Amino acid sequence: MKFIYQTWWKVLAVVLIFYTLIAGFLFHVPTLPILHETIRNLYFHVPMWFAMLAVFVISVFFSIRYLNSGREEDDLAAVECVNTGMVFYLLGLVTGMIWAKYTWGEFWSGDPKQNSAAIAFLLYCAYLVLRNSIDEEQKRAKIAAIYNIFAFPIMIVLLFILPRMTDSLHPGNGGNPAFGKFDLDSHMRIVFYPATLGWCLFALWIATIRYRIRLIENKRNNIN
Amino acid sequence: MKRFLVLFCLIVCHMAVFAQQTTNVEMADTMRSSGKIYVVIAIISTIFVGIAIYLFAIDRRLKKIEREK
Repeated sequence: MKFIYQTWWKVLAVVLIFYTLIAGFLFHVPTLPILHETIRNLYFHVPMWFAMLAVFVISVFFSIRYLNSGREEDDLAAVECVNTGMVFYLLGLVTGMIWAKYTWGEFWSGDPKQNSAAIAFLLYCAYLVLRNSIDEEQKRAKIAAIYNIFAFPIMIVLLFILPRMTDSLHPGNGGNPAFGKFDLDSHMRIVFYPATLGWCLFALWIATIRYRIRLIENKRNNIN
Repeated sequence: MKRFLVLFCLIVCHMAVFAQQTTNVEMADTMRSSGKIYVVIAIISTIFVGIAIYLFAIDRRLKKIEREK
């Protein structure tokens, strides 16, 4: 766990994001109807979801590890990863809504992608409510870990599989040209990939800070 | 402090490199410069640098508390 105390990857995250803030506005993007300059949102809206995904994956990893080891720290790491992921989830949802307003016409048009994103959000809200409603620590950790392991694949299905099987306004879905076509444009790739990596590391950084605070709180509670 | 300096240097180097690119290549066409997009970039960058420094500060404070234990 020494990794979370090191500084180099935090600096890397900041530098990468800083680069995308500048390059994202200035570099060439394809000229497309309806989208116009909003295509640049690809550098900011999509990385929110990748950041969320990254911390959720880490959370599942720690949940599995908790079930294996029974160490309390693993449980705390899993929870704090989900807590951080929820922030990025909301950011992704809200930025998506704003983008939708000016390209699809409505903040919320009942699109399959939006609806299943809302359902998956509730799924993770349920995780936090469930975890906070149990007082006994080991029981709480165990139930939360199992719930988390099941919630993750359901979230993946809701966000990335089901909307693709129907018609959706969101790119990459049935009957709709995907961003893949423009991603092939290497002008966008050189901004998009660093943005994704940078925001993933940034989310991880926030999660580690929360985890470390939680460790101290936990220690204090045990002593008293 | 050293780390902040390194970070700052990296950022500044990057900006210099970038400025050259934009003037040589026709990236910053009249449309965008007259649209004052650089102002937006300056503001967003300032906000982000502020958040980043803030996070680093929290990180350091946390490290101090952890050492006391």
